[in-house]
Amino acid sequence: MSVSTHVIDEPGPITARLIDISKRFGDVIANDRVCLDVRRGEIVGLLGENGAGKSTLVKVLYGLTLPDEGRIEIDRAPSTIRKPSDAIAAGIGMVTQHFSLVSTMTVVENIILGTSRIIIDRDSARKKIVLLCESLGFGVDPDELVSALSVGQRQRVEILKALYRDCRVLVLDEPTAVLAPQEAETLFKAVRLLANSGIAVILITHKLHEVRKMCQRVTILRRGSCVGTYEVAQHSDDELVELMVGRAVEHANHETVKPGNLVRMSVRNLVVESRGGRILDNVSLEIREREIIGVAGVSGNGQSALVSVLCGLTRPTKGKIEVNGHDLTHGKPMDYLNAGVGRIAEDRHASVIAEMSVAHNIVLERIDGFRKAGAIDEKAISTLVQKLIQQFAIRAAPNDPVSSLSGGNMQKVLLAKVLSREPKVLVIAQPTRGLDVLATREIRNMLAFQRVNGAGILLVSEDLDELLELSDRILVMYEGRIVAEFTNSQFDRNEIGLAMTGSGSR
Amino acid sequence: MSSIRIVARTQSWRNGAVILPLVAVLITLLVTSGAVFAANANPLQVFFEIFIEPFRSRYSFLETLVSATPLFLTGTAVALAFRSGYYNIGAEGQLLVGAIFAAGIGPRLGGVPQIFGILAMVFAGAFGGLVWALIPALLRTRANIDEVVTTLLLNPTATLLVAGLLNGPWRNPVTHFNESERIVAAAEFPILLSRSRINFGFVVAVIVMIIVALVVHRSALGLKMRAAGLSPEGARFNGLAVEGLLLKAALGSGAIAGITGACLVGGIQFRLTEGISGGLGYTGILVATLGGLNILGVAAAGFLLALVNVGASSANRVFGIPAQLSAVISGSLMMITVAVMLFRRYRLVYRKAK
Ligand SMILES: Nc1ncnc2c1ncn2[C@@H]1O[C@H](COP(=O)(O)OP(=O)(O)OP(=O)(O)O)[C@@H](O)[C@H]1O
Ligand SMILES: [Mg+2]
Repeated sequence: MSVSTHVIDEPGPITARLIDISKRFGDVIANDRVCLDVRRGEIVGLLGENGAGKSTLVKVLYGLTLPDEGRIEIDRAPSTIRKPSDAIAAGIGMVTQHFSLVSTMTVVENIILGTSRIIIDRDSARKKIVLLCESLGFGVDPDELVSALSVGQRQRVEILKALYRDCRVLVLDEPTAVLAPQEAETLFKAVRLLANSGIAVILITHKLHEVRKMCQRVTILRRGSCVGTYEVAQHSDDELVELMVGRAVEHANHETVKPGNLVRMSVRNLVVESRGGRILDNVSLEIREREIIGVAGVSGNGQSALVSVLCGLTRPTKGKIEVNGHDLTHGKPMDYLNAGVGRIAEDRHASVIAEMSVAHNIVLERIDGFRKAGAIDEKAISTLVQKLIQQFAIRAAPNDPVSSLSGGNMQKVLLAKVLSREPKVLVIAQPTRGLDVLATREIRNMLAFQRVNGAGILLVSEDLDELLELSDRILVMYEGRIVAEFTNSQFDRNEIGLAMTGSGSR
Repeated sequence: MSSIRIVARTQSWRNGAVILPLVAVLITLLVTSGAVFAANANPLQVFFEIFIEPFRSRYSFLETLVSATPLFLTGTAVALAFRSGYYNIGAEGQLLVGAIFAAGIGPRLGGVPQIFGILAMVFAGAFGGLVWALIPALLRTRANIDEVVTTLLLNPTATLLVAGLLNGPWRNPVTHFNESERIVAAAEFPILLSRSRINFGFVVAVIVMIIVALVVHRSALGLKMRAAGLSPEGARFNGLAVEGLLLKAALGSGAIAGITGACLVGGIQFRLTEGISGGLGYTGILVATLGGLNILGVAAAGFLLALVNVGASSANRVFGIPAQLSAVISGSLMMITVAVMLFRRYRLVYRKAK
């Protein structure tokens, strides 16, 4: 291919520069002489597959990881950053993939926590925070307890924390992985404002359209090495993917089939009440064979509860659930499994035994079928798992603990487990959250393939593109109810987005 | 500025499982030699007496195994429960109730063949332990009441039950001592080797350990139990009946603790006495923790603590140092081992100044 590897020379003064950073974890080379620089007022993208070393690199900048080799320059002067307090002093702020807020404290308390002054003038601190909030359009109540905030709001508090400490470099590690599309919009507006005010931003993401929208330059990592830094406008998405993956990746081209008439799963008038309120309010839906039903909605509008019920984890207050003629209204996980329902829950980590091996995780739900003379038939398990690892292109050995797998590989293990039982019904939530481009494509292809094979699939996702790509019908949830339905001949991004905010026409 | 940092290992250090306990023993010796000095004795001589002498004298060695037998059992009981995520702190009480049941049936086994007598004792003990474990287990699995508190509180209850029986209905009618009637010969655990106290209880302990190890590591039930212990949430998602697994683990653990009581009655005391346990159930927690909740580890830790126990009491005889030294050494060993074992997952990195 013909992507040139020329590095852009631009005027803007360099604020922070990482030079020849190397970091090993045992046998894994997470960073191999990686360079990255970010300039005043610039948003630089950092792209790479899962495990490419993006988080490791920015953790080095923030003093969370000590590099084996390499140096850091801030404003062209060498800087020793050995711990986060050094980084903060040098004007670096970071919002990590996992937040570090104290949920029993208020927003203001969280923000001033850890500032190194002994006496803190609360009132002036509060004023400064309110001003910051206003200028960025963050609707965060400074006196609210963090435990009462949504994920998106918590992220804003993290950003405020960095800004409060007068950071000049702001690192955002996959900020939109946890956000609904609308929240992502708000975030990006604020980030744009910050950049315009002179802050240098490093943005890590797996979504190319975000890079295209926000960044002029992008640095690409592949398996720990730096591929180069590129001008986004000069490269197509395909080229960027090729740079990340190291080879061309075919486009998704899902076979089209007509949904059948056989109803695989029917949910009628489902109600889930909790603390007096209705989380699910009269939800009814039908999934037929060879059909993918997408469920869209801003997070927190009942999608999680719906999935939780259909995975057998939550008991509905009212309603009826039927799968292939079995009544599963009060079903437990085992009943769902026995009825041929494959489930991928929202929280990957809560659906595995992290310390156990890949093999044992795959067979755990049907371990009684792998017994020989009272003992576990490890040989049969290993044969099955080897086969699945190949079939699903999982980068792991059967005996690796699941905790050591990257997000994408963990998700593939879960899919392999579910799909190897040839389920007739699939209930799937956020299948590609946090996954890189290639893994996302692979997983979407698997789902499309299951559909062709006759499965009925309920797909809950916060990624509207995913729903548009895969679904036959899209249902929109708002405040626990299904407020709109679209069929794939009349998918309209704007109308769906409008319905998600509760102001749809239907 | 150079510095030493603690860095997480990417994989837990396999050989560490063997090397680190030895390091812990060495550090313990260094630390506790101060206490030995204070007792006016030569640490080298004392430690030789404790750690080497038992391997040179047949009697001391067998006595160490006798002393290790109940630790193997209570350690296994605790490890089984902890592995499954059931925090049974009540092995002490379960042991005592097992002993009550065994001491209750023991005197009434006259005329049966010895093999039945012994089996009856073991089953009685297991049943007693199971009964005592049942209450907290049901409270936990039915009403989600924390088992740590309930199992713990049932320990002094069992101690008082023993005292009540021995000072009341079970007081020896002949001697009027507060000890129960002697069990019949058919219920006694036979001595395995002459001129020692090593008895059939040791065989029971080894059999129990082998069975538990096989169940935990080889059987489907064991895999489910481990899954429930590592992540109840994940286990539930995978269709496992976590409450049922906890119940099984709790009852199995109680039964094993109860068997310990039967072994003490059948092989050592031949009757119920007030001091029959003296904290063996609590020591079981120590053994299980030191052994990393692993049956081989339990065997090693049980043996080590028995060595300290037996050795310290002989050092007490030989050098006249206080008998409490045993508790000082095993307590230090416990703390130091737990600290040192962290290095299975972490390592020290020394960085030179740039
Ligand atoms: N603390 C650690 N111990 C061991 N290995 C680690 C550690 N942190 C990262 N790694 C390994 O280093 C490599 C790079 O990880 P890193 O988290 O930087 O990837 P990433 O590009 O951020 O991936 P993702 O997109 O999934 O967030 C991976 O192979 C990972 O398993
Ligand atoms: Mg990362």
